[in-house]
Amino acid sequence: MSNNIVVIAEVRAGQLKKASLEAVSAGRDLANSTGGAVIAVALGENLDAATAELAKSEADKIIAVNSPALAHYSGDGFSKAIQEQLSGLEPAAILMPHSAMGKDLMPRLSAALQTGLISDATALHHEDGVFAATKPVFAGKAYLKTAVEKSPFMATLRPNNFETRAGSGAEISVAQSALTADELKAVVTDLVASAGGHVPLQEAKVVVAGGRGLKDPEHFHLVEDLAAAFGEGKAAVGASRAVVDAGWREHREQVGQTGKVVAPTLYIACGISGAIQHLAGMRTSRFIVAINKDAEAPIFKVADYGIVGDVFEVLPALTEAVSKAVAG
Amino acid sequence: MEIVVCVKRVPATDSQIKVAADGTSLDPAGVEFVLNPYDEIAVEEALKLRDADGESMVTVITLGALDSQKELRTCLAMGADKAILLKTDAAQDAYSTAEILAAQIKTMPHDVVLCGKQAVDNDNSQVPARLAALLDLACATEVKKLDLADRVFTAVRDIEGGQEVVRCPIPAVLSAQKGLNEPRYASLKGIMAAKKKPLEEVAATEVAPASRVVSLSLPPARPEGKILGDGAAAVEALVDALRNEAKVL
Repeated sequence: MSNNIVVIAEVRAGQLKKASLEAVSAGRDLANSTGGAVIAVALGENLDAATAELAKSEADKIIAVNSPALAHYSGDGFSKAIQEQLSGLEPAAILMPHSAMGKDLMPRLSAALQTGLISDATALHHEDGVFAATKPVFAGKAYLKTAVEKSPFMATLRPNNFETRAGSGAEISVAQSALTADELKAVVTDLVASAGGHVPLQEAKVVVAGGRGLKDPEHFHLVEDLAAAFGEGKAAVGASRAVVDAGWREHREQVGQTGKVVAPTLYIACGISGAIQHLAGMRTSRFIVAINKDAEAPIFKVADYGIVGDVFEVLPALTEAVSKAVAG
Repeated sequence: MEIVVCVKRVPATDSQIKVAADGTSLDPAGVEFVLNPYDEIAVEEALKLRDADGESMVTVITLGALDSQKELRTCLAMGADKAILLKTDAAQDAYSTAEILAAQIKTMPHDVVLCGKQAVDNDNSQVPARLAALLDLACATEVKKLDLADRVFTAVRDIEGGQEVVRCPIPAVLSAQKGLNEPRYASLKGIMAAKKKPLEEVAATEVAPASRVVSLSLPPARPEGKILGDGAAAVEALVDALRNEAKVL
């Protein structure tokens, strides 16, 4: 076993996902402790743009596994192709973002390598030669620190949590894969981008979320208007479980324990009482604003700023004030 | 078609989490345990596949202590045909859980293995894809829409900024995301019938976990916030605070 850290870079349709660069820098910190190198592995077809961007990261070396069989994501195919590369690298640790792809690929790879994996890590540790990671559990109601006793150590990293630093230029090498398209079991056949204008909930700087207090799905435009007032691409719309279960909003907007965990700079809860499942999903936001009619609502316990009032009265006024502030 | 559903007993999502005296585990006092919410969706999907096919059997499996029988009975009451408890009192991680479940599933016919996308205790989302590797099966995780034709699943899953469509031939492992279906409640008749359905108890294979818990801790409490006022009159104070204190405007 070497002291090297392997980072699986996520590339979709030729584009490098930003969280891959966070994983490279987190890998750099580990490599500084182990005394090894950081090797980023990218898989796909037409990887030139992605590897050029990776070359500016803190990786020491980049391996581009270019193959038509890897043109579309396949959990079993990618796992096999990575194993082909690993046989020569014998890394001490393997990292990847905790993204839709990372969640699908890393457990499969980890089982094949007969080792442990920490999912959704928010901190990595290398102490006395032992790798460990800290991750939120119970949707963030608690944190678990776990040491992995098998090798290699594997972790998927929570996006937007590790910092990205620029490096000094990495060497790029191109590798082959023996994988053929007819060996693939499950394969992605189509990618559908969300309708334009939507900011992904977990990447937004501002989240404006609505709950039962809006009384009717038709009133949700008050929440959308406030989100829009922050400017294009700035704010995402979220929803409480109650309104998703009631069919007012889609599940992809749900914030909380059976939805998404978000940590934006600013979270505005509108007509949300703050059930424990909801609080778990947004309590690590930097600033929390609560607007609710009920002064006793639990949401005020976690809010930095609260307004006790009717959302129908407060939201239009706030939307107007935010629009003015943003316009300068 | 033989359908296997892997389920887990977890603390209800409205549980207040407290750390036990050992500093590494959950204090179970006052915690209500339930069937993992995503596993309910997996069971529902299994029942729908069975009923569409007419010749299928749904077997639910869990790994855990004797008290997990309650969650298995819930699955039987929903309509599953049979249940297996792989009994263990030892702490497990995703590595050992998948190894033990796979060893059991290998002894059974299995066309489709269904799981919830993650258990809401440790939030790992590892076991489904691990099972797929150990059983050498096709896999689609976090599925929110599923169609089956000619023994090939077409699964739709959310990815960052969109959706992807996965072609996933049987035999396959699938993990269920919210939105896939609306899980049924067990009827009184179902609950009565569940008492007579087979619930087999098997000693779990011993597999040492790959990881060791160092500590379980609670996040620091948020500092007390302030109420800026009532109604629209407080908006000015809020915008002022967002601009000058929080500096987010």
